[in-house]
Amino acid sequence: MYATLIIFLLMVPGFVVVGVYLERKISAFIQDRMGPMEVGKWGLLQLIADLLKLLQKEDIVPKAADKWLFLGAPFVIFAAVFAAYAVLPLAPGLSGSGAAVGVFYLLTIVSVDVIGILMAGWGSNNKYALFGAMRSGAQIISYEIPLGLSILCVVMLNQTLDLQAISFQQGIYSPEPVYLFGLKDLGVDVTQMGGFLSWNIVRNPFLFLAYIVFFIASLAECNRAPFDLPEGESELVGGFHTEYSGMRYALLMLSEYGMMLLVSLLGAILFLGSWNTPLPNIGPLRLADWTSGEPGTWLGYLTGAFWLLTKALLAVLVQMWVRWTLPRLRVDQLMFLGWKVLTPVGLVLFFVSGVWRLLGV
Amino acid sequence: MNTTYLPSDFLPIIVQFVLAAAFIVVTMIVTHRIGPIRKSKKKDDPFECGIEVVGDARTPISVKYFLVAILFVLFDVEVIFMYPWAVNFKKLGMLGFVEMVLFMTLLLAGFYYIIRKGVLKWEE
Repeated sequence: MYATLIIFLLMVPGFVVVGVYLERKISAFIQDRMGPMEVGKWGLLQLIADLLKLLQKEDIVPKAADKWLFLGAPFVIFAAVFAAYAVLPLAPGLSGSGAAVGVFYLLTIVSVDVIGILMAGWGSNNKYALFGAMRSGAQIISYEIPLGLSILCVVMLNQTLDLQAISFQQGIYSPEPVYLFGLKDLGVDVTQMGGFLSWNIVRNPFLFLAYIVFFIASLAECNRAPFDLPEGESELVGGFHTEYSGMRYALLMLSEYGMMLLVSLLGAILFLGSWNTPLPNIGPLRLADWTSGEPGTWLGYLTGAFWLLTKALLAVLVQMWVRWTLPRLRVDQLMFLGWKVLTPVGLVLFFVSGVWRLLGV
Repeated sequence: MNTTYLPSDFLPIIVQFVLAAAFIVVTMIVTHRIGPIRKSKKKDDPFECGIEVVGDARTPISVKYFLVAILFVLFDVEVIFMYPWAVNFKKLGMLGFVEMVLFMTLLLAGFYYIIRKGVLKWEE
């Protein structure tokens, strides 16, 4: 149980190192540049150098700032993002907390992040920081509603809030029989076939649309482009972290990348079959059995973690691709998308999922 | 898989908070040890692109942000209420679904009112 926590403790900073490097290389590729090339081979050590530099920098607190709010904000933001990893499963039998309210807890923790951002913005006593924090707060809370609605569709299907239980239901180790498209009347039992056929997005095809809503909302929750207007440098310098310097700034960046990985993992767990293999068993071709180990064995841990992390990293790559492709939205467009497009779409999906579930049983 | 849920399931969450706090404290101690500390009048001013600071940052902010926050409280509480219902969705069956649709219709009437009132119009 605690082994998972240790793994996540190492994985989150590890992901930041890989993620920032990837982001710089991908942005360079998209813009036809080289990206970091100087430090180490292909610039591989660039981020290590950056972190060492940030560690040596002075921790500046502006005189006008509200000192305790200013100093406490990175604490709150980082702790909120990091503690969210406690309920995520990594492989069958390998999850930090088995709390029954996993999904609930995650939604709560995401909201705590907003408090940290508002603390940073108000505490800085800087106009840019305040505007950035206000926009960020409005954005995150607006997109939490479509996010909550899309997750609700999954909970309706799986009948549990425990993320590990949700994971088990989406593959060959499911405790209950899984029917194709979640419809019992079709009479196709895919429990033994597993693979992508028992993923949530196939068990209820409308969940694919819900995943798109989830993905867009999660981009906004991370303050990622095209929703990065809280820190839009062309108008707000750095947004809520304008006044931060040195390691405190690094902590905020660490939280941002941690959040990216968190929502990608969550999306993979809820919609894309969690740690289950995408390959189904077809007759004598036991692809699902070959690519996933029994729960509780070392092979099970390794294959489970491999599939989950692969799915999550693919989602992260899409997040980066979106960032370097789409231009930033305006505030009114952002609010329009959140309240008048995604929220009604989320409600319709919620209704349709309910009907689908009732047809299924 | 976990079949019984105990209060001790929440322990890892606390451990995770402690780990996060410990990580921050350690990095902060290190950075204060090896980083310089130099004070000057200009450096401690709030950043305003290098020009003289004008007034205070604690100015009134557009009321729209406040309205959005209030709307969020309404809608988020509603979404949170729906989770326990969704977990028992299968057990409640058709009747539970119809009841929830009724509840949602009432709520959406309010949503329609809000939109017609122009609360979510940002152009003005």
